[in-house]
Amino acid sequence: MAKHSIIRCQDLSIGYQNKKKVAVIASGIDFSITQGTLVSLVGSNGIGKSTLLKSLTAMLPTLSGSLQVDGIEIKDYSPLALATKLSVVLTQAPASKSLTVLELVSLGRQPHTNWMGSLSQNDKDIIYQALEDTDLADLKNKNCFKLSDGQLQRVYIARALAQDTPLIVLDEPTTHLDLYHRASVVTLLKRLTQEKNKTILFSTHEIDLAIDISDKMLVMTPQKIIFDSPHNLIEQGSFNLLFPNDVVVFDKKTGRFSVS
Amino acid sequence: MIRHTKNNRLVILLSGLLVVVACVNISLGSVAIPVQEIFNSIVDTPSKSSWHYIITNYRFPKAITAIIAGSGLAISGLLMQTLFRNPLAGPFVLGLSSGASLGVAILILGAGVISGIFSTFLLSPWSIVIASALGSFLVLLAVLAATLKVKDTMAILIIGLMFGSLTGALVAVLSYFSNAEQLQQYIFWSFGSLGNQTWQGITILSLCFFIGLVLSIFSAKSLNALLLGESYAKSMGLKIKKNMLVIIIATSILAGGITAFVGPIAFIGLAVPHLTRQFVKTSNHFVLIPAVALSGAILMLVCDTIAQLPGTVYTLPINAITSVVGAPVVIWLLVRKRKLIF
Repeated sequence: MAKHSIIRCQDLSIGYQNKKKVAVIASGIDFSITQGTLVSLVGSNGIGKSTLLKSLTAMLPTLSGSLQVDGIEIKDYSPLALATKLSVVLTQAPASKSLTVLELVSLGRQPHTNWMGSLSQNDKDIIYQALEDTDLADLKNKNCFKLSDGQLQRVYIARALAQDTPLIVLDEPTTHLDLYHRASVVTLLKRLTQEKNKTILFSTHEIDLAIDISDKMLVMTPQKIIFDSPHNLIEQGSFNLLFPNDVVVFDKKTGRFSVS
Repeated sequence: MIRHTKNNRLVILLSGLLVVVACVNISLGSVAIPVQEIFNSIVDTPSKSSWHYIITNYRFPKAITAIIAGSGLAISGLLMQTLFRNPLAGPFVLGLSSGASLGVAILILGAGVISGIFSTFLLSPWSIVIASALGSFLVLLAVLAATLKVKDTMAILIIGLMFGSLTGALVAVLSYFSNAEQLQQYIFWSFGSLGNQTWQGITILSLCFFIGLVLSIFSAKSLNALLLGESYAKSMGLKIKKNMLVIIIATSILAGGITAFVGPIAFIGLAVPHLTRQFVKTSNHFVLIPAVALSGAILMLVCDTIAQLPGTVYTLPINAITSVVGAPVVIWLLVRKRKLIF
């Protein structure tokens, strides 16, 4: 049996719409992500990566075409029902800095709890499991303002894990991190897809890292969005479409960009 | 969020402290009344009928007003700090009190225009409450509309201050065209006073407080989610517009209703949530709301006790005392922590 497709776009158009104008960022988007895959989204600055992620997480309405999450059109979800299907890790920092790690991660249980947000034993188990998976158990009582950027990123991922959704979407989780922590974050994501069967989509500027670790990649170019495995994308020379070729070129042999 | 039994103990401790402070507040004043007599006047008649009169007609209503005003303003400050993601938010800073003042000014000073039977109807306690709550609601809505356009938290404070100046100017224009008697009535209101409340007034005040408190408690889960910011809250299934509207209504009813009765009171709404965070080590609103409410009531009673200058016949304006106590607290917190976090 074919693997269950968790997110599916058909002829999808995304962009911004107000009363008078429609600004299309990308159209004719077609791809389907199956469960348990790690997908990275790459593209140059301002190409619309964030717009695509916002559309995929229902923070921005789509313009036309079909976008299905777990077999149901995203428009037909209530906010609460969608919150049990997909969780997010955003670039913006949480408003409150004084939350402890445990409190912040526990907030991920909100869609599953009653009006008082009281946690059952099951909720607590999931929270502690999320802390274990992200290696945060020792830091659980620390205030977030005392953490390093790398630790904070893991806290946000743990919160998404506590939300216990099949799909997790992360907007540039590797920004502001050094090489070691960038690699740690993506390795963690990889492990979650393999061990927990999570489907993870993340945008990044670390193309080398993405090529090494992703199962599939979404390459956003000015003309179109290409979806394929990193290997095929290298073969087809898709990465050369990412940027103007005057400063950097993609070397097929090494699978790396180099300054020309 | 995970709750601690430590926090439950803290709430009990604060409740105990509140009772003690309330007793001290009632017993002290121009005439000192032994604490024992306070209990006598509840269950039985005390030994002196003059004491009984002072307690039931003056000190009890004042203490109850202080408790409600203190906790209500403190809760509204907490809600606004979370809603605006700004540690400096509070009913006074964001122009809510000015909005309430404008509502009341239009009512009192404008009542002269529609003279006769209407004006007596217009000046009933109910209409002052409605005008005041409406005024603060509109200002809060305007500030919130501005925050949707401007994401900078500093800019929000400036917008709040501008609304304050604007409503202040409108009040000044209204005062210019009104007669001496109405002006006097308005100015006495704006001094702020916990005393001279009728039992009918206290009933209305309690009702406002109760509605505001219930709405706040029902919003506590969404407030917790809003600690992560709007986008995260939305991603966790929160109906953001509806929940924010409920929080705004709760804040306006609390701040507006209280301002209607006791006048604009500074610093309680801003300072109490920060003071409370010093000893409540959680951001969970299910713990913070009761703790902030109790601390607000305690601080207000203390301020009122100081204001009535025990042993003398003088009573200072309550607004002066809350500012004298509140402003140094905010400065102290800023200097000690080098930043305000929430």
